[in-house]
Amino acid sequence: MKRFLGFVKKEFLHIFRDFRTLIILFGIPTAQILIFGFVVSTDIKDAKVAFLDLSKDEVTQKISDKICSSGFFRRAGDLENYDEIDLVMKKGKAKAVVVFGANFGVDLISQNKATMSIIADGSEPNTATLITNYLTAIVTDFNREFAGSSLSDNLLVQPEVRMFYNPEMKGHFMFVPGVITLILTLICALMTSITITKEKEFGTMEVLLVSPLKPLQIILGKVTPYFLLSFINVIFILLLSFFVFDLPVKGSLVLLLAESMLYILMSLSFGILISAISKTIQQAIFISFLGLMLPTILLSGFIFPLENMPEAYDWVSAFLPPRYFIVIIKNIMIKGTGFLYVWKETLILMIMTTLFIGLSVRNFKLRLQ
Amino acid sequence: MMKNRVIIVRNLVKRFGKFIANDNLSFEVYEGEIFGFLGANGAGKTTALRILSGLSEPTSGEVIVAGFDAKKQPEQIKKNIGYMCQKFSLYEDLTAKENIMLYGGIYGMSKTLIKERTDELLDKLNFREYGDRLISDLPLGLKQKLALSVAVLHEPKIVFLDEPTGGVDPITRRQFWEMIYETAYRGITVFVTTHYMDEAEYCDRISIMSDGKIVALDTPAELKRQYNAKSVEEVFIKIARPKP
Repeated sequence: MKRFLGFVKKEFLHIFRDFRTLIILFGIPTAQILIFGFVVSTDIKDAKVAFLDLSKDEVTQKISDKICSSGFFRRAGDLENYDEIDLVMKKGKAKAVVVFGANFGVDLISQNKATMSIIADGSEPNTATLITNYLTAIVTDFNREFAGSSLSDNLLVQPEVRMFYNPEMKGHFMFVPGVITLILTLICALMTSITITKEKEFGTMEVLLVSPLKPLQIILGKVTPYFLLSFINVIFILLLSFFVFDLPVKGSLVLLLAESMLYILMSLSFGILISAISKTIQQAIFISFLGLMLPTILLSGFIFPLENMPEAYDWVSAFLPPRYFIVIIKNIMIKGTGFLYVWKETLILMIMTTLFIGLSVRNFKLRLQ
Repeated sequence: MMKNRVIIVRNLVKRFGKFIANDNLSFEVYEGEIFGFLGANGAGKTTALRILSGLSEPTSGEVIVAGFDAKKQPEQIKKNIGYMCQKFSLYEDLTAKENIMLYGGIYGMSKTLIKERTDELLDKLNFREYGDRLISDLPLGLKQKLALSVAVLHEPKIVFLDEPTGGVDPITRRQFWEMIYETAYRGITVFVTTHYMDEAEYCDRISIMSDGKIVALDTPAELKRQYNAKSVEEVFIKIARPKP
């Protein structure tokens, strides 16, 4: 045990002496949280909207006032005809245009039905979707008020898009789970695979293997510091998102931390597997990036929703551990659900962990022969 | 006088599938001697070295190192040997003292003992001012000497040096060999593999491997006499080069 502790201490020294490792460990999580939180905001605030009101009555006035007073939109001007729509969009003066048909108010009162259209600038698909969703929500809200006052149903039939669990559409809700996943994957898988391969490349692994330390002790000694630091990182990210973005953990914190530990174990065993099959550091980095980092970013639902993907990609993503972990933390953090809702994903992660550990033990033994 | 045997190898065979890496090796190494292990690349040196150091199991044959059976007690062997490889085996981002501390700890030495030995060692190498410097800041010659000192820090019975002088200038090599002599003088058996034939001349006895077999084993002087050669290099060329 004393041998083991001395070895772990040495690994900590490696980490704290290497500036680059420290940046990856603590700089990147902070930067990512802040960047995603403040810069790549997916919220809408003061989006420019122009109005083409062909009816110009009391009702249209009410609706447009409601839109502009919501805080999400700013009136970018009033248009006179359809040709102007193209013009304001191209000039970038408006992200969307709301069009009320002629006799809007009269139709609404006499036929309980009227049409309006929302035209959004589709060159920025994400923003466009958000804007149309917001506008639809506002109009729906208006419907309800209007119906309430005149006691009639089926007014202004519009598809209702409500945002469950994230009523204010806070962008950080989406990315905090993603960032935790990415960071854990990065630290555990990438860093462990690098640190173990480094010993191989520098020839120190040979000396360690000839020493009385057992192979298992060597591997555990190398990953223990990363296990601890990753765990600290999870807590750090949660604190950061709580204090900077007011995002609490809705579900059980204990469950969330336990699941994080499971995911850390999974990533560590994957990192060990990578180091078992790669001979050089470059190879380890390459495999980690191609095999884990890119898929984590692209295919796990972190940035691009899984629902929008072709089926083939969905199948590929089924083999990626991050996908399940993101579901787990989203459920616990944002929806506040308990273990019953995430047991399937947890089970899958457990199976994957066992598989990776088994494979790396086998590979390690083969190499020793 | 009967010499103590610290390594006994009898009919050692190591196969990888169909390939025979070590074909029926038999040799003995005596206590306190400098034993040179020579051979071209791929002759089976590394495989034999791995078996002797308890890293890999022999397919058949008997291997006794420091009194322990390589097949049954590899862990005991590991405790009683030291090992240094071509790449110096020290951590570049740790200081000299931290490296000593680490290896001492791995070999189960107590803190006070490690401290004592560290002071002794730093004094002997005129190293005192370098103790708290990172290894990466030290000149190559010093690193190498330190690596050897660390490899024998726990006073093993045998130290294995796997091409310890690769890529080093002649003067540093010379100094390093003086250290090897000193080590052997202290009673630690030195088992060294090398590419440099002039180094082979410094050994008490040498064995030359070719195609998985030991083809010659004796003192350098006797081998030169047998093969009617002026240097070990000539002996090596005569033996190891395939006949036309």
